[in-house]
Amino acid sequence: MIKSNDAPGIILSNASLRFQHKLLFENLSFELPSHSITCLLGPSGVGKTTLLRMLAGLPLFGRGQDKLQAFPHRRTSLTAPSPPTPPPQAGEGSEDMNLFFINEFCHATITTSDGIPLTDRVTYMGQTDLLLPWLSVLDNVMLGSYLRSQQCDIQTKARALHILESVGLDAEIHHKPTTLSGGMKQRVALARTLMEEKPVVLMDEPFSALDAITRYDMQTLAAEKLAGKTVLLITHDPWEALRLGHQIIVLRGQPAQLSNSIIPPELPPRDITHATLLPLQKLLLNELNMVARNEI
Amino acid sequence: MKHWRGLVGIVLILLIWQLLVSIENLPPYLLPSPGLVLHTMLTHWQILLTQTWPTALESIAGLLLAVGIGMFSALIFIYFPPARNWLLPSLVISQALPTFAIAPLLVVWLGYGLASKIVTVMIILFFPVTTAFYDGLSRIDEGWLDLAQTMQATRFTALRYIALPAALPALASGLRLAAVGAPLGAVIGEWVGASQGLGYLMLNANARLQIDMMFAALIWLVALALILFFTVDWGMRWVLSKR
Repeated sequence: MIKSNDAPGIILSNASLRFQHKLLFENLSFELPSHSITCLLGPSGVGKTTLLRMLAGLPLFGRGQDKLQAFPHRRTSLTAPSPPTPPPQAGEGSEDMNLFFINEFCHATITTSDGIPLTDRVTYMGQTDLLLPWLSVLDNVMLGSYLRSQQCDIQTKARALHILESVGLDAEIHHKPTTLSGGMKQRVALARTLMEEKPVVLMDEPFSALDAITRYDMQTLAAEKLAGKTVLLITHDPWEALRLGHQIIVLRGQPAQLSNSIIPPELPPRDITHATLLPLQKLLLNELNMVARNEI
Repeated sequence: MKHWRGLVGIVLILLIWQLLVSIENLPPYLLPSPGLVLHTMLTHWQILLTQTWPTALESIAGLLLAVGIGMFSALIFIYFPPARNWLLPSLVISQALPTFAIAPLLVVWLGYGLASKIVTVMIILFFPVTTAFYDGLSRIDEGWLDLAQTMQATRFTALRYIALPAALPALASGLRLAAVGAPLGAVIGEWVGASQGLGYLMLNANARLQIDMMFAALIWLVALALILFFTVDWGMRWVLSKR
């Protein structure tokens, strides 16, 4: 029996997206192996974020004018409207899919290795820290409990404190986010992500706004804390991908195509100055350079 | 420093006013001197005070009603966009109607008592509150909503923990505007038909060319508006610090 909390592998297949008469990608498929970090690289505007939002079950074309209206009434229909999942079948080519249509221009099939839909099993970390400025660091970390109307009992608080301590923020728990540095804010955001205890973590360029040294520290911390989870990390930084990814894929062109996945040796967080990574650096830069030339 | 300069400005204006009255020898039924106004305020403080209560009551009740209805309609507009499409045009038209023109109607419908004034205040104020709150709610960072959605927030908890606190500063500026406008609405209501209140006092004083009393009532009215403004301002600051 597979626990639903165990990190599943995820296959996104037949992903197609047409946006404003532009075909962004068609029949795209890739796999996020369980318990590992997949880094998705590519130029901006290629559709990386859209792929991540498909997996997260978030609206793909913005929320429009009626942002709050689009919000679900109840907790159950949270991700995109999904038809009842057929029971997982044993054996190869199992049909345990969680199919959804967001609108006529977008379609994807999401398959999980344990056959349980992804709904409510993902947590999301965005490009900005998304901290609520009026809440303290501790309350920001416990935001999920508040939003699910869960009782914030002593255990919840103790867990939040423990996580904050583990990211090195035990002295700042009562501070407001505005008093923190960029790196500290992103550490709070990481703590909030860890607090959710979800097996799947989707990260959209989470460290892109940080300076080089802070980013390096955050990468080390993230690699340590996210071990064992199934992670999709979008980045535009090839060195970040080489430091953190168990697997690296590049999305490029229009309509976008995926490169073959690159699997660097050893486990993250890697030392990017290591000799074995040099040919991979060259390979990745080549891929991205091709991207740059194709763009023109 | 700024306050100090503002005070000097007021004193200067009063001085020029006093000088103008003294040099031109203006009769008090055209323009009373500031000294005379002060004298009237001190000698007739009881009348002024008793006439201030109804106006204050109308202002506060109308303000509270406007805040309630304004916030409610903003929430309705946010959560039921069809309601916005159906109702917003009528609301805009209701704001384009001159208040002076409909105030007599309200007196006919609701009588000479407090009710017609409270409704006048409410009609003037609820739209600014609605728009301020609606703007605040609709300008919320979408990233927060994405985050809330992945955290399985419901519509209610997303409102309670994210949208409402995020919209509070916008609501606060709407409320500050409304607080200053409240006594104005009450006076308009009193001008078209009342048996008490500062507006009624002003109308009577004006008819008898008691311009000093008119000014005295005006000063009380300004004081009322300022008290309301600073109370709301202070209250909203407190709420913002506690959210």
